[in-house]
Amino acid sequence: MAAARDIRAGRLKKAADMLETVMRTLFTVCGFIAVGFVVIITVFLIISGVPAIGEIGLADFLFGTKWASTAAQPSFGILPFILTSVYGTFGAIVIGVPLGILCAVFAAKYASGKAAALTGGLVGLMSGIPSVIYGLIGMIVVVPAVREIFGLPDGANLFSAIIVLSVMILPSVISVSETALRGVPKEYEEASLALGATKTETVFKVTLPAAKSGILAAVVLGIGRAIGEAMAVMMVAGNVPNMPGLFQSVRFLTTAVASEMSYSSGLQRQALFSIALVLFAFIMLINLTLNLIVKRGDKHK
Amino acid sequence: MKNSEKRKIKEHFLKTLVFSAAGITGTFFIGIVVYILFRGLPHISLGLLTSKPSLLNGTVGILPNILNTLYAIFITLLIVLPLGVGAAVYLNEYAKNKRAVRIIEFAAETLAGIPSIIYGLVGMLIFVQFCSLETSIMAGSLTLVIMTLPTIIRTTQESLKTVPDGYREGALALGAGKWHMIRTTVLPSAIDGIVTGCILSIGRIVGESAALMFTAGMANEVLGFFEAFVPGNAGSTLAVSLYVYAKERGDSDTAFAIAAILLILTALINFGAKLAAKKLGKGSGRK
Repeated sequence: MAAARDIRAGRLKKAADMLETVMRTLFTVCGFIAVGFVVIITVFLIISGVPAIGEIGLADFLFGTKWASTAAQPSFGILPFILTSVYGTFGAIVIGVPLGILCAVFAAKYASGKAAALTGGLVGLMSGIPSVIYGLIGMIVVVPAVREIFGLPDGANLFSAIIVLSVMILPSVISVSETALRGVPKEYEEASLALGATKTETVFKVTLPAAKSGILAAVVLGIGRAIGEAMAVMMVAGNVPNMPGLFQSVRFLTTAVASEMSYSSGLQRQALFSIALVLFAFIMLINLTLNLIVKRGDKHK
Repeated sequence: MKNSEKRKIKEHFLKTLVFSAAGITGTFFIGIVVYILFRGLPHISLGLLTSKPSLLNGTVGILPNILNTLYAIFITLLIVLPLGVGAAVYLNEYAKNKRAVRIIEFAAETLAGIPSIIYGLVGMLIFVQFCSLETSIMAGSLTLVIMTLPTIIRTTQESLKTVPDGYREGALALGAGKWHMIRTTVLPSAIDGIVTGCILSIGRIVGESAALMFTAGMANEVLGFFEAFVPGNAGSTLAVSLYVYAKERGDSDTAFAIAAILLILTALINFGAKLAAKKLGKGSGRK
């Protein structure tokens, strides 16, 4: 009797142990699946992006100034796209970052409880709005306005794209900088106030410098957003592979991939994957920078 | 005397700068919201919501797009929830190796930073071509799974961290196995974080367009629930159809109607996420 019970208990124990092992394995697999995705994405992009670069030649591909993928004598130079993405991102940062930081200062330090809540809700809503909506507004409002104001034949150009991008990066710049500003220890500000500095002096000379790593993270995040945006830019930038000029119709790295994908084939299609690979390299660089900044900020605390 | 005057002017200048920046941005934001509602709301009608586009009947309708969006949400969450929650449980409950945790967290951050156009391309390469799902809602949803995974992992992990260790110790002391402890004690206490993650993911799915254009396609046929799982059944979600109406068909009325719907959905989703997060905050008060 007792022996039989022991055997049964042993079997139950074995089954329970097995369940534990199975669940542990399952959770471990789930844990590493994000790593797996990153590896798969990288591998797929490299495998499909490298051949065309080999065929075109790295220098001709990166520094060629002419993109004519469907011409009889096709030419695959992506310098116009790279420069457009860099200029467009830079422009968006120049407009969006100061505006965003000042708004964050307002929300964190000057707004009353109700105004701060309203700002927070509005910023949340704006960061959640799909990019196609920004594109739609850009297409219907910004592009015609730019055409009228500057007397151009067409308002779909780099300038319109910069305007739309700066508005699009505002919400993330504001919310990340605001968090950074709120994270500054109260003692810093109190010390400054006690020394006779006014509130505004304190905010600009003490709080902002103390929050600089968080604000830097906001800027880098904004850069990432701007350089990766595709749909909104596609709707307002004119989408012509020109070398960038402020009032030229231009094509970004992102839109270069999107605009020809549906009808491309052969080397042209492979070259699009190579463009995506270049964009991916840019983004990875930005992410690594962001990671470094955030980590260093954590250490200081 | 001169110095103090200078100081006053500077003070005044900076204050004006802050307030005018806030004013400009606020005007922009409110202007955008009001403009979308003003242009969009008048064009939302029962006919628009309950029919499909047909040249023959001359109707424009977004019923297929509404359904496709719902299917994409359902399929994506169905797959990403177990994966994301599982990953968070691994990170918080099982992982002992700090290096492994760092690598996983770095991978999740990387995924969160990749722009959607790259997801669209990779989704096309992997799911549409390599897995031969063709352009389909299934392929689109699988792409969305990769995109939303970091969100689910992060929110679940945050709320797992707030579950008091006493709960775990209590369960283990009563003789529960680790999995039993997780299933009966840890996960139920972390439900708020999981819900927040779901809501945020829905927001991402609803707003996504670049990643879906080449994976889920632009078709406008009404699909039944089970048809959405079949490879080769393509369909555009609301955001994708907004792009098509605005850019390719030049129908800005319908585009604004969809924009207004998406805007309202975004507002509801934000509100829901805030509500769930508030509950989450209360939950952590149990410590």
